[in-house]
Amino acid sequence: MPYPKSCLTRKHVHLMILSPHDVQKVATLSRLKLTPEEQIRFADQLGHILKYVHQLDEIDTKNVEPMAHAGELLNVFREDVPVPSLDRKDALANAPKSNGQYFLVPQILEGA
Amino acid sequence: MSHVHQTAGHLLQELSSGQLTAVELLQTHLQYIDQVEGQVQAFLQVDREGALRDAVEVDRKRAAGEPLGRLAGLPVAVKDNLCVRGWKTTCASRMLENFAPPYDAHVVQQLRQADAILLGRTNLDEFAMGSSCENSAFQKTRNPWGENTTPGGSSGGSAAAVSAGMAPLALGSDTGGSIRQPAAFCGVVGMKPTYGRVSRYGLVAFASSLDQVGPFARSVQDAALLLEVLSGHDPRDSTSVNASIPEWSRSLDQPLSTLRIGIVPEHFGPGVDPDVAQTVTRAIELYRMLGATVSEISLPHTKYGVAAYYIIAPSEASSNLARYDGVHYGHRAEEFSNMVEMYESSRAEGFGDEVKRRIMIGTYALSSGYYDAYYLKALKVRRLIANDFQQAFQQVDLILTPTSPTPAYPLGGQSADPLKMYLDDMYTVSANLAGLPAISIPCGFSNQGLPIGLQLLGPAFEEERILKAAHIYEQATDWHTRRPAPAAL
Repeated sequence: MPYPKSCLTRKHVHLMILSPHDVQKVATLSRLKLTPEEQIRFADQLGHILKYVHQLDEIDTKNVEPMAHAGELLNVFREDVPVPSLDRKDALANAPKSNGQYFLVPQILEGA
Repeated sequence: MSHVHQTAGHLLQELSSGQLTAVELLQTHLQYIDQVEGQVQAFLQVDREGALRDAVEVDRKRAAGEPLGRLAGLPVAVKDNLCVRGWKTTCASRMLENFAPPYDAHVVQQLRQADAILLGRTNLDEFAMGSSCENSAFQKTRNPWGENTTPGGSSGGSAAAVSAGMAPLALGSDTGGSIRQPAAFCGVVGMKPTYGRVSRYGLVAFASSLDQVGPFARSVQDAALLLEVLSGHDPRDSTSVNASIPEWSRSLDQPLSTLRIGIVPEHFGPGVDPDVAQTVTRAIELYRMLGATVSEISLPHTKYGVAAYYIIAPSEASSNLARYDGVHYGHRAEEFSNMVEMYESSRAEGFGDEVKRRIMIGTYALSSGYYDAYYLKALKVRRLIANDFQQAFQQVDLILTPTSPTPAYPLGGQSADPLKMYLDDMYTVSANLAGLPAISIPCGFSNQGLPIGLQLLGPAFEEERILKAAHIYEQATDWHTRRPAPAAL
């Protein structure tokens, strides 16, 4: 992680405006490369959206149980029985790069 | 021409009585597509050869007296975020431009088992994120009812295909209104089932706790039939519910024991197009004349639905779309110096602006220090919204609203301001947040001649009640029989 966990400054919660710098931090966490022009444009647009969603602060949600899911199912289990899975050829068919056995990616570890 | 624009029910009768073959029906539709698709641009691909092969097979089976499925010989269009083996599934994104899925979505398997003819894949807002189809990376679909008018979205291609006469039935997906709003804009029937009614296996995930697949059709009867085919438990989607599937299409004419309709006065006030408010109010009057009791109810938290939705849906999207890393499938950038840069460049090149915005909003809302203030807060508001509906459904059987605050708007009309487009979803998102079934049916036209839809919402797993009530209205009106004039096409 290029940024520590507390990387996002709190100032815009009060100003309700995201700076291009804040947007770049979010883009890094999102693995999105942005141009400086995009940082400015998205800062404006995302700032407006955040400002809009802050209307939720009007609602008293003390003692309200969060609802992550409409179904609210308990765990769904199945028997642990092996079944055929995707054929290797099919699994690799859409790979941007493969050698027919593996997905190929750039080197990750230095000196490996 | 005679067989385009017909209802699926009518066509199935002609097919089963031998007046019409599946090949003839398909050819008629393909010829009609040749005439109007240049203007509408609903399809990203029409599978002429595959469809013809399947139609020949249906005719052979029929001639041989072999058993046939419930949609035998009917062309069905499929939103291009549902996996179809043998086709590409692009989600109208550069990211998946060349993605060929190795399996069929559950609903596609159901279509094949019903002997439907898979006609082609339809346009959408990229990854189903949008309300106008303009976020497609490939083309702009036009509303068959108005020149340079949006068909709505995100399932705008499916809605436009059914509306224009290019397919009698189509599949869409609805995360915040993506079936119902384009159905309203294009003057067709569209339904989002109860969360869990239909398997999401093979539906490219946008927001998994909200996404549902559902039907587009020209009548409530047709929508009920297609929903029957799509529904059912599938062990590959653990959120799909193991509940019995009523024969909705056969019970529509049975009377409802009560029809108590709830309306929310604020839905007809400021912020709503006057034509929409008037038209939907007239529909309520008709329901009254038909014997329904109509009462005002309060859903005090639904006005926060859009705000809660635009935290929850992007949060889930940011997680779901993390899989597009340029490794297993999807676009990979050509130039990068290390692994992280490969991710960042691949995603920057593959995703359009709206998808990037939602990924970033979601990442922000889920990030340390902001999780409680945004994501958790939105989940609590979601609970309050669901509670509002539970209370309302103790007093009324169904809730009636406009489907969308406006009729279809011109292409380019709202794309400049993402937030403005989000507000289009004000009547539809709450059903997704609460997991409830809802339908949009045609109920009139604006002064400009654009279709207007009304929405009926019901309690979970009460599709039957919704479909019957929608059918009652449809029997008493002829809005659903109106077709766009060929001149508009």
